[in-house]
Amino acid sequence: MSAAFRRRAVLALPYLWLVLLFLVPFLISLKISFADSVIGIPPYTPLVETGAGGWRLHLGFDSYRRLVSDDLYAVAYLNAIKFAGVSTLFCLLLGYPLAYGIVRAPRRYRNLLLLLVILPFWTSFLIRVYAWIGLLNENGVINNALLALGLIDRPLTLLNNAFAIYVGIVYSYLPFMVLPLYAQLEKLDPALLEAAADLGCRPWQAFLRVTLPLSLPGIAAGGLLVFIPAVGEFVIPDLLGGPDTLMIGKVLWDEFFANHDWPMASAVAVAMLVLLLVPMGVMRRLLQGESA
Amino acid sequence: MSAPAAAAPAPPTSHLRIEDVVKRFAPGGAAAVDGVSLDIEAGEFFALLGPSGCGKTTLLRLLAGFETPDQGRILIDGADMEGVPPYRRPVNMMFQSYALFPHMTAAENVAFGLRQDRLPRAEIAARVAAMLDLVKLGHLARRKPHQLSGGERQRVALARALAQEPKLVLLDEPLAALDRKLREETRFELVRIQRRVGITFLMVTHDQEEAMSMATRIAVMSAGRIVQLGTPQQIYEAPASRFVADFIGGVNLFAGRVVGAERGLLRVDCAEAGAQLLVEHAALAPGSDVAVAVRPEKITLTPEPEARNRLEGRVLGAAYRGEASTYEVELAGGKLLRVTLTNTQRTIRPLAAGQAVTLAFEPAAAVVLPP
Repeated sequence: MSAAFRRRAVLALPYLWLVLLFLVPFLISLKISFADSVIGIPPYTPLVETGAGGWRLHLGFDSYRRLVSDDLYAVAYLNAIKFAGVSTLFCLLLGYPLAYGIVRAPRRYRNLLLLLVILPFWTSFLIRVYAWIGLLNENGVINNALLALGLIDRPLTLLNNAFAIYVGIVYSYLPFMVLPLYAQLEKLDPALLEAAADLGCRPWQAFLRVTLPLSLPGIAAGGLLVFIPAVGEFVIPDLLGGPDTLMIGKVLWDEFFANHDWPMASAVAVAMLVLLLVPMGVMRRLLQGESA
Repeated sequence: MSAPAAAAPAPPTSHLRIEDVVKRFAPGGAAAVDGVSLDIEAGEFFALLGPSGCGKTTLLRLLAGFETPDQGRILIDGADMEGVPPYRRPVNMMFQSYALFPHMTAAENVAFGLRQDRLPRAEIAARVAAMLDLVKLGHLARRKPHQLSGGERQRVALARALAQEPKLVLLDEPLAALDRKLREETRFELVRIQRRVGITFLMVTHDQEEAMSMATRIAVMSAGRIVQLGTPQQIYEAPASRFVADFIGGVNLFAGRVVGAERGLLRVDCAEAGAQLLVEHAALAPGSDVAVAVRPEKITLTPEPEARNRLEGRVLGAAYRGEASTYEVELAGGKLLRVTLTNTQRTIRPLAAGQAVTLAFEPAAAVVLPP
């Protein structure tokens, strides 16, 4: 009896965590998104108005109306998805060989190599992104080096554009791609590759027919871990981006802190969450198809 | 791959020829395979038998091309395999872990090599169906490995290794992962399939019963070398060394010294047996140290009064094994002896622990081995 109870209690812990720290804040955001912006504390109308005539539900759809009618939001969403998507692809192209290399490295070096992958986390994210300004500047390290080598005559524009955002996101999120891929590839039985070779596969054919399909769950996990936070990224576009690289995270920030429009900011956040459910659903479908 | 193999005017070559192959994993270290030469004919079911670490699996991997020999040659139908990668060898392997591709169905696993060979779709489908029928798995073609039992996975692995019609199938401990009952059934199944397809099988096993019951010929390996090569009967009845005698089935060994020879019999003085033993063997110089080996089932109980090689002892214990029982008998000098008696013998004369017994064996039943 008590054992069953304990087991249930253990299972309840993660749910409690998710309810308290994810569902409740989301419901609060959802509630605020249906309010009207007012000047005051808090800066939005209450959902339920109580007055002389009892209580009245107050649902405002202004924020959502603006979200749909103003191109700014759609452009920012699409931009965010484009930046996040392309960056995820580059993370995969860089991260896969990295993870594969670590798995194939002699056992005694593997932990060291993994440590090097997560080492950047020991410095503040903000500082690391900021450091890229010093690298990408017109008189930054990269331009100076290229000028000194005589490879270019004039400094290249590397900062405050799409390129800088890609560099920033790929650099910052690469470990989130490498680690799940490593975990997946590490599980791969080397005998499977020998079997593939035995049955006539050259090494690259064995990779395409065995290694790659068996690492799909790792690719999916890494892809989501990079794509989802990258969509809502604010710091990187703010520090490295330019006027034409508006991402939804920046819009959200501006609505909240510059315009003090909490309902609008909340509506943006809710819409972003709903939009992110789509790629997650697709991934889940893909993974289920794989394991069935 | 080109010149050397073609240039050498090949002597009548066997199907698979292994010439003085040596493999070391560390330079200067102990050789895992230490100068093995072997000829295997087409259609044989050959077993490499030995304890773990004797080099049998390394030899198999050298044949598959996963390892390269430091010395020596491997020829398949006269073609030197030096520098030929695994994916171009006419050899398929059945892995001990089966190494089935977990993301593919049984049929896709069997089709894997055929797709790689770019055979026409219809032919692949026909060949896969035929292979799955051969191993009686036609009804499970669309299952993935994790939906199959151990025995079914083993058969998918076999079908996959046979599908490309290789010249040689290598089986690495093919029955080791099965439970005992299934293992015994599968022995006959494997032999039946091998006869039917006619492909040469080379099996690696540490299980002497498995090797004896399945193989047409056996090479017993120890420390990287072949210590005896022969049919199961030859190896069992005439082991060439104490190691082989001991490894293949149980054996009672007596250390002794040759006293003399008479009419094709060798008289050996064995202090352990407390007697002089007569063994059928060519004459040896008196004074040579030898070992006399007697199989447990070749010892008889309460013999004729005039029987040769009589031994007196006391029963210590018995292990009932259904069709037979194995007794442990302590001789007067303290030497422990194993005696296997069949069911019929046992019913006639039931033996209790502590009972005094007289044992004997025929001179032809024993083998003289180097000490």
